[in-house]
Amino acid sequence: MTEPATTDPQAIAALQDKGPLAPPRSQWLDIWDQLKRHKGAMIGGFFLIFITLAVLVGPYIWTLDPQKLDIRNKDLRPIYTAIWDSTAKTAWGHPFGTDNLGRDQLAQMLAGGRASMAVGWAAMLLSLLIGTAVGVAAGFFRRLDGPLMRLTDLFLSLPILPLLLVAVTLFRQPLRANFGPEGGMFVLIVTIIGITSWMPTARIVRGDILTLKEREFILAARSIGTTSWKTITRHLLPNVLSPIMVSATLGLATAIITESALSFLGVGFPSDFPTWGKMLADAVPRMVDFPERVILPGTAISLTVLAVNYLGDGLRDALDPRMRGR
Amino acid sequence: MLTFTIRRLVLAVPTLLFISFAIFMLLQLAPGDPMAQVPLTVPPEVKQQMREALGLGQPPLVQYWKWLVQVLWIEPKILIDWLTQDSWLLGWLPDTNLYQNELRVISWQTRSPVMDIVIQRIPQTLWVVALAYVVGVLIAIPIGVYSAYRQYSVFDQAGTFVTMIGFSIPPFFTGPLLIVIFSVQLGWLPSIYDTTHVVNDWASFKIQLQQMIMPVMVLALQTTAQISRYMRASMLDNLNMDYVRTARAKGMSEAVVVTVHVLRNSMIPVITVIALGVPSIFGGAIITENVFKVNGIGQLLITALFANDLPMVMTLTFIFAFLIVAFNLIADILYGVLDPRIRYD
Repeated sequence: MTEPATTDPQAIAALQDKGPLAPPRSQWLDIWDQLKRHKGAMIGGFFLIFITLAVLVGPYIWTLDPQKLDIRNKDLRPIYTAIWDSTAKTAWGHPFGTDNLGRDQLAQMLAGGRASMAVGWAAMLLSLLIGTAVGVAAGFFRRLDGPLMRLTDLFLSLPILPLLLVAVTLFRQPLRANFGPEGGMFVLIVTIIGITSWMPTARIVRGDILTLKEREFILAARSIGTTSWKTITRHLLPNVLSPIMVSATLGLATAIITESALSFLGVGFPSDFPTWGKMLADAVPRMVDFPERVILPGTAISLTVLAVNYLGDGLRDALDPRMRGR
Repeated sequence: MLTFTIRRLVLAVPTLLFISFAIFMLLQLAPGDPMAQVPLTVPPEVKQQMREALGLGQPPLVQYWKWLVQVLWIEPKILIDWLTQDSWLLGWLPDTNLYQNELRVISWQTRSPVMDIVIQRIPQTLWVVALAYVVGVLIAIPIGVYSAYRQYSVFDQAGTFVTMIGFSIPPFFTGPLLIVIFSVQLGWLPSIYDTTHVVNDWASFKIQLQQMIMPVMVLALQTTAQISRYMRASMLDNLNMDYVRTARAKGMSEAVVVTVHVLRNSMIPVITVIALGVPSIFGGAIITENVFKVNGIGQLLITALFANDLPMVMTLTFIFAFLIVAFNLIADILYGVLDPRIRYD
């Protein structure tokens, strides 16, 4: 007589899990964990958020008009010069001092940062858009691959800075007439930086699309009759997001520097519209007496770009699955 | 390899033609008029004649063709003439006399041939830019090698930080900063590059060195940042290879392993990066030349742009494009020559 096999719950106790199962983790959570361990990227990211918030909200807190001329209070030094030079002209009303026309430097820094960041973000987004579109089209449609890549090579062999200078000086007048002095320059600078900096993104995206296209899930998607457009938006683009994000950070850094360089060379925004590059260029002739007017905007540009570069470095490490978990 | 070279050379020609055509058409849209400075008392029909004398009466395509002939056919003839007449290199050859007073590309600013002005300006640019590049590469390679060899050490972290700074601080900030520190506060170096300075003895050589230090360092910082990054990555790739372990197992000293085995293999991609970076440093020199008042070709481009001197702008932009295409070609060919595994045929 054999006993019927009793299903004793204690018999397989050794196989049971001791603790609760770890909750499932998404890819983006892994990336965030990796990014958190990169100190430079975290500091860079927080600094970037700080600068962005400062230039967005700052003008509502520090409500002085950056354009307001206050000729009685011209050439004030920043408040901190009083520490080593008690005879310096300083005033608590103007913590960063004023320029030779009495315009408040703090308000100018905030307004200038707004312009620089706006140009940087807009140009970066435009170049990403063009680069991704060209890269996806070249990688996905075989017929377009040759011509589009030749076009990319052609753009890569253009002398960018001379061409930027030429284009800005040539198209300044018509665009100013259409969009107003500031709007016209904004449109012009963003467009020009955008259409001369999309090539690296296009190349990276194309390479990734070419390898992804041969994978089984794309074959599966095609076999159930997914259209090309749906395949691209649903299956391919989410998978090339990480190289796009890395090149976005690089693009933001280059766009900010290029805009400042144009302003520095005197072909940027109109003279009464402050940007960091413009403030720096205007301050150079008198930098012996007022070095802070060069150093403040210069430091702002450099720190922003440094923060963006560190963030990009960390993102590249975090998005690379081979690096994760180290 | 030879077929590859020829194929690339043949491809480079239409690229350059297309770029020059695009720039020419872009400049056709320019709103400026070279007759804008002519007094209002000059009657319009005379103005029209003056315009035609500048070659402006004809349709753009004809103008483009004439410019192309002037730059690619007449200017080389003048160069060959000069080589066989005055240069010490080929002066022993019989005079060629190819140039028969054809019209050259004339600058609207100075009414003298554009190429003559460019030739005057190139030595200053080359001195500053080329020296900066050499200095940058010479600093970058040891930094890259050592920071890869001691990965994640203090030196490597510091190197990464300096590289990041080199990437992030634009030359129009480092330039004025250096001027404030070294010319104004310390008074060691002149802030303006004096092109008329003649070097004929040790004292004048010292002055020449002093005025070159700052522009060279500003440009070299950017080169160093880029190249040391590539050098480090390339060394890291090679240091984990099997042949390195073999070399160590054979009992070779660490110095020989690193400098002979790893360094030579790691240099292959870095050399192409160095070749590719040459044209971009010419672009960066536009800003540096402006900061230190070096009257090289970058500064020439800026002044020509502001003066609406279109033939000058056109020719200079073409020279920049030519440099980029040429160095891309050199980089591709060098890669094939240095690494026999990568021959494209």
